[in-house]
Amino acid sequence: METTTDIRPKDKMIAISESAVSALSAALPEVVANAKAQLQQLDIPTTRNEEWKYTRTTRIAAESWSIKNDSNTSGLDNTIIDNLDAIRLVFINGFFSAENSAISGVEGLTVLSNENISSENLKKFNVPTPANFFEALQQVSSTSALYISVEKNRAIEKPVHIVHLTNAPQALALPSVFVNVESSASINITESFHGFESTKTLTIRGLHINVDANAKIEFNKVQAEKDEQFHISLDNVNIANDGRSNFNTLTVDGGWIRNDLRISLDGQNIEANLNGFYLPRGKQLIDNHTKVDHRFPHCNSNELYKGILFDQSQGVFNGKVYVRKDAQKTNAYQNNANVLVGEDAQMNTKPELEIYADDVKCSHGTTTGQTDESAMFYLRARGLSEDSARKLLTTAFINDVLNKVENETVRTHIIEALSQKGLLYN
Amino acid sequence: MIEIKNLHARIDEKEILRGLNLVVKPGEVHAIMGPNGSGKSTLASVLAGKEDYEVTEGSVEFNGKDLLDMAPEIRAREGLFLAFQYPVEIPGVSNMNFIKAAVAETREHRGLPALSAKEFLQLVNEKSKLVELDGQLTNRSVNEGFSGGEKKRNEVFQMAMLDPTLGILDETDSGLDIDALRIVANGVNAMRSPERSFVVITHYQRLLDFIVPDFVHVLYKGRIVKSGTKELALELEERGYDWIKEEVAAEQA
Repeated sequence: METTTDIRPKDKMIAISESAVSALSAALPEVVANAKAQLQQLDIPTTRNEEWKYTRTTRIAAESWSIKNDSNTSGLDNTIIDNLDAIRLVFINGFFSAENSAISGVEGLTVLSNENISSENLKKFNVPTPANFFEALQQVSSTSALYISVEKNRAIEKPVHIVHLTNAPQALALPSVFVNVESSASINITESFHGFESTKTLTIRGLHINVDANAKIEFNKVQAEKDEQFHISLDNVNIANDGRSNFNTLTVDGGWIRNDLRISLDGQNIEANLNGFYLPRGKQLIDNHTKVDHRFPHCNSNELYKGILFDQSQGVFNGKVYVRKDAQKTNAYQNNANVLVGEDAQMNTKPELEIYADDVKCSHGTTTGQTDESAMFYLRARGLSEDSARKLLTTAFINDVLNKVENETVRTHIIEALSQKGLLYN
Repeated sequence: MIEIKNLHARIDEKEILRGLNLVVKPGEVHAIMGPNGSGKSTLASVLAGKEDYEVTEGSVEFNGKDLLDMAPEIRAREGLFLAFQYPVEIPGVSNMNFIKAAVAETREHRGLPALSAKEFLQLVNEKSKLVELDGQLTNRSVNEGFSGGEKKRNEVFQMAMLDPTLGILDETDSGLDIDALRIVANGVNAMRSPERSFVVITHYQRLLDFIVPDFVHVLYKGRIVKSGTKELALELEERGYDWIKEEVAAEQA
């Protein structure tokens, strides 16, 4: 029977997602069942929700999305990082594309996808109970799953490049990525996101990283989507004793982005570094929510996020640091610095430190300022155009974040991408 | 070189320059002295194009062109150089990249061919020797962590790199010990030529022992109230400014 009743956006999204079977349902049946229950209870978050206070989701809710499993490769050429000799693993519209991926036999590295991933593979991962509607949706209807595991004591020299391309109009992409670094192993992974101009897409990507004892990972998330892309990253990192993680969120471009990065320090003597930059233009919105959980003694976390906001763009930074009662001798540093270039640009920044241990060193700082006009004048008084002067200052401002990226090829690629967009001086 | 006529300028409704006249011919060095608050630094800022100041009256002709009509970077490329009283620290911007960009954009404007990397380095070596800064510039951010003397030497170095026709030195001598002063002055003197002029703004006659001016002017209440030769500077050093103020008061009465 036809009905004229408006379907709630939430139900519309659930209905879309039900058209696909979750890639996680075989390996993680309990996770999916739990998420399914949550999905019914949770609503699409609104600005009344503290966690989404400055990040409106109405535009996402207003769109009609659908799951698009086609292997149209247009735009795939633009996802290559020059000179990066990497193991390329490609998702198109949220579906893992084996034919476009190069899983050559690298010793010590296991790469599995979808039904080849077993419960045994994923038993180490601490997949969180969904914190919000989008996370529940991602788990219930994950379009594809990828599992990367580094064998104990292996240092994988060749970097891994995970590519997410969305090129089908109105595609809802819900990929899941699992990375397991066994004890004393190391790996360097770059994950990049790409879209098309005037092709609206929504990506909700779940990432689960498990770093075993004494293991090391550098993870560079490169966001290079377009104004029409909506993007929600759900990043979860668990690190064991003596482990080290460098997680860099490098936002080159994108229309509407929410990054939820949660790092749990599950042992002693861990070093967790999290860095990010964002340079929103036009009406772009970039929201970075981070959470660092110090649970045991003698761990260090360093967080540096920097942003320059142009035009009418909006930025959000919310950085939570928990230092639990047992986490003595913790060093936890957090810094968020912003420059508002656009007169109508807006930045909402909120550090939240909760410290329950008494012998710790913690600090946080946030600054939001305007362009340094005295520096601008000084540069112009030496013959630099206003545009060049601004680019030099932008370069200088984000340079300390860029310098945290250990993979030089990736760093160079980002600098070139930003220069091409007319943001950096080169 | 530069002809300033009846220049009036204000900042935040406060009139600082009130009808200033000055003509500088090629090759000349003019010193501008005056008590605090007389408008010396304002003059420097207005000539360089600082947007905080509003020119309400008058004109400035620079090498035959209307200076006030130009953006700050165009003034610089056209050959006007201001050595700042307080050089700005710019963390993260390498001194070398900065000067490289400035030289490139200036040369392009002047229709000169771009320098090769080798030519640029040769120029840096040559000009940094002028102010004894050689080897100290490569890895540092613009003025960051520089001592007072290094900052002023860096200003003169930049001036030498950009090869202006008019150098305006805004209290370049303030806060320098005698050795640093000598280095800075030597750098400036090495640049003196029949085609290049300088306007030297200073509080202290001492500088003028090193950079000997052709003319000395006294700026007071936004106007040049007395002009003379280098002997005027010595007289000011001895007698202070009160007699000038009295003369001005008597004239106005």
